[in-house]
Amino acid sequence: MSDFVKLWVYLSGSPLLWLTATLVAYVVADAIAARTGRHPLVNPVLLAVILVAGMLLATGTEYPAYFSGAQFVHFLLGPATVALAVPLFRYLPHVRRTALPMAVALVVGSLTAIVSAVLLAQAFGLDRASTLALAPKSSTAAIAMGIAETVGAEPALTAVLVILTGITGAIVVTPLMNALRLKNYAARGFAAGLASHGIGTARAFQVSPLAGTFAGIALGLNGLLTALLVPAVIEWLVK
Amino acid sequence: MLSALATLLVCQLAGEVIVRALTLPLPGPVAGMALLFILMLARAPLPKALGDTADRLLKHLSLLFVPAGVGVVQHIDMLGREGLQLIAVVVLGTAITLTVTALTFEFLARLLAVDEIATDHDGTHEPGAGEP
Repeated sequence: MSDFVKLWVYLSGSPLLWLTATLVAYVVADAIAARTGRHPLVNPVLLAVILVAGMLLATGTEYPAYFSGAQFVHFLLGPATVALAVPLFRYLPHVRRTALPMAVALVVGSLTAIVSAVLLAQAFGLDRASTLALAPKSSTAAIAMGIAETVGAEPALTAVLVILTGITGAIVVTPLMNALRLKNYAARGFAAGLASHGIGTARAFQVSPLAGTFAGIALGLNGLLTALLVPAVIEWLVK
Repeated sequence: MLSALATLLVCQLAGEVIVRALTLPLPGPVAGMALLFILMLARAPLPKALGDTADRLLKHLSLLFVPAGVGVVQHIDMLGREGLQLIAVVVLGTAITLTVTALTFEFLARLLAVDEIATDHDGTHEPGAGEP
């Protein structure tokens, strides 16, 4: 037994354990998602997160210890974001043809994301701090946390809300678009990336490369626009 | 593969430098994406290795959000007493945003008759193949 404890102490101090756990949890989650025919409710991110969180809880591991291993996966978000330029380049003719619908949907969608968050927060009687933290929720985490700082919201709370928004969008987008009978995969993907940033974009890439491409464009542009719009909308709507 | 990864990292690094130098309100990797896009426009066609590496990274984009997602579970108590209302705003707000954005896009695409490329798409579409 004490040998096991020694081994545990050794492993839990090295990044190997939680890096492996993250990968294995995702492989299992993805296999389950594939089995259900990529059913939108069986979201591999959510499933893998639940598996890993369960392991952390069971072993009493703190997040910083977990992240020392998981950071290698997290780090790849940067190069992957850069890599979004590749599908954008491949679909350039499509993107050019839809430039105007995209530009209008970007402005309308970005405003809708911010204004709906603020008005719903007020309708549900949330306080000022929560309302401010919700306003940038559709933009990507790095941008949203920057916005939170400039408008005086709690960046950590904003980060939590951003990830929740991403998972919600990834789960809801397919059934919602089917209910709307919308078959335009450029429009579907663009909405997924705009409303739910990278996690929505990841879902869009699972559906089709075209949807993923438009999601990636929306993710980039909406991040920028949200940073410009949130301070103005808050000035206008939040007392 | 290695040269492709190096290209992605160089663009990311350059993106970080540009964003900081000009104090732009966007993350370095997004600027890196724009930079790589401009580079590809300047020297088309796309190198095959870069295309393959990008496809592999993006195929498992979901995996890359797992560490951040686990962080959220660990900080879920941050939502506090207002947790239910916060989640309600997130869910309703996201559904409204998805609907309004997609319908605006679709309405204009139809108005301008540019949607024929995307609608006959069955989800198995490969880039460059079966283009009408």
